[in-house]
Amino acid sequence: MNKSLFTGILLSALIMLAAIVSFAWTPFDHTSLNIPNKLQAPNGTHWLGTDHFGRDMFSMIMVGARTSITVAFVAVGIGLGLGVPLGLWATARQGGWTDEIIMRGNDLIFAFPSLVIAILITAVFGPGAVNAIIAIGIFNIPVFARVTRGGALQLWTREFILAARVAGKGAIRISIEHILPNLANLLIVQATIQFSLGILAEAALSYVGLGAQPPTPSWGRMLADAQTLVSIAPHMALVPGFSIILTVLGLNLLGDGLRDLLDPKLQQVQK
Amino acid sequence: MLRYTLKRLLSLLISLAIASLVIFATIEVAPGDPAFFMLGINAQEDTLAALRVELGLDKSKPQRYWAWITGMIHGDFGTSYQYRTPISGMISARLWVSLPLALYALVISVLIAFPVGIYAATKRGKKGDLIVMGATQFGLAIPNFWFAMMLVLIFAINLRWFSAGGFTSWDKGVFSALKSLTLPALALALPQAAILARVMRSALLDVLSEDFIRTARAKGLSRRQTLQYHGLRNAMIPVLTILGLQLSFLLAGGIIIEQVFYLPGLGRLIFQSISARDLIVVESVTMLLVFAVIIINFIIDLAYAIVDPRLRARS
Repeated sequence: MNKSLFTGILLSALIMLAAIVSFAWTPFDHTSLNIPNKLQAPNGTHWLGTDHFGRDMFSMIMVGARTSITVAFVAVGIGLGLGVPLGLWATARQGGWTDEIIMRGNDLIFAFPSLVIAILITAVFGPGAVNAIIAIGIFNIPVFARVTRGGALQLWTREFILAARVAGKGAIRISIEHILPNLANLLIVQATIQFSLGILAEAALSYVGLGAQPPTPSWGRMLADAQTLVSIAPHMALVPGFSIILTVLGLNLLGDGLRDLLDPKLQQVQK
Repeated sequence: MLRYTLKRLLSLLISLAIASLVIFATIEVAPGDPAFFMLGINAQEDTLAALRVELGLDKSKPQRYWAWITGMIHGDFGTSYQYRTPISGMISARLWVSLPLALYALVISVLIAFPVGIYAATKRGKKGDLIVMGATQFGLAIPNFWFAMMLVLIFAINLRWFSAGGFTSWDKGVFSALKSLTLPALALALPQAAILARVMRSALLDVLSEDFIRTARAKGLSRRQTLQYHGLRNAMIPVLTILGLQLSFLLAGGIIIEQVFYLPGLGRLIFQSISARDLIVVESVTMLLVFAVIIINFIIDLAYAIVDPRLRARS
């Protein structure tokens, strides 16, 4: 196992663990205010310090991990669930007008500045985790459609697909039974990358107040709270910041590592 | 070339048409009556009706869409519900913050990424390369608004080299205006530089493994000359792609960074209008940003065709 894969798994597992454990246990109640103890630097009782309301940062980070992971995970799910079938469909109808419409539609979504549209969506339909998921998810659809089509185009020219056609299988059955399993590696790697981008996007949206709403903690909003206090309590910005960085770093390394592991062609020409 | 340009132009127009429809429809379904919002809960029914007529809210949706689009083509972006002033005036003042910010960030990104990417490619697999690649991994993972806060903490609060926010207008001198954009531009640029450096490196590595590079070396060019005359020029196509994407990203990404530094740019205008439910401003500014991004993509597409004649032939 290569180093980046190992580090990636380690970091991702750590964050997942924090999120899962937070359902059962956190060091303190993440909603309980304790004003006399506000703005404490990390110490023995409060491992990552307290915020301006005296809430325990470690507990907030754990619960915040849940928010980030849920939003990014569902957004990737939307991308996979809609993008992959569209990509498969476009390839099966290769060169036809369905293909053309799907791919042009994809180009169009790609041309949109995703952040601006995500802000528009959440602003109009109201801020909240669900709308953030939709706003991020929409932009995952063309990514997966493109990856699927790119991979599937090559597969359709292979002999085993020809054999399946000779055996009388239709385009839909071939797509599901033969194309999709062969694309799994490609899609897993892409999903990891989109997952990490989703974490960043969620953080940006909740930073500007358009993500999950209080009292649900989110890393982005913790950073927004920290902004005016950064000079007197730097830990309030450092703690959520490093949580985001380590999560995204972990997922990116995991994606890179998986790509190297799953794609033997890349191992020969390692760059 | 003409055929290629026309084809691109057509898809540009379709993109713009669909984009404007989507934005218009999104704003249309937004709850709330602008006239009611402007006049408050004590407004009389006839005053409300009069204001709706004045704002054109009594017309049908297609009519309003058409009025909005034709207005924008003529440079009329509508009238702000909140301030009752033409939006075009509000936009042009803020464009002088957002556009220079994006370009400044792009320049910084290129200045960092090109040397770093080239260095990593020439030191492939050695220690220098590994350090650069590790650093860019971190760069990819850093949210730019968090990085912005860290820059403020270090360079504004502790070292006091820059102010923590705000914008010195261009009238007060180019230098001080650029100075107030320096930290925001750095914050925007660094994560982008990480991407650009990686693209530069891998594009250069692709080119350097080509046969013509060996030929160039064999005919007696030095490593440096080969890199300069044959390597870099061929590596520019993928780099150009990313550069175009980055300019549009920097323009759009600026709206978050403007929040951190309290810069009076398009981003702040969007957020202020959102909180005031001044949705017509949100609508027009969003359309302007989408328009800019689509135009940039169009120019990049044309730029390819000029750089790479094969693309012209293929269409």
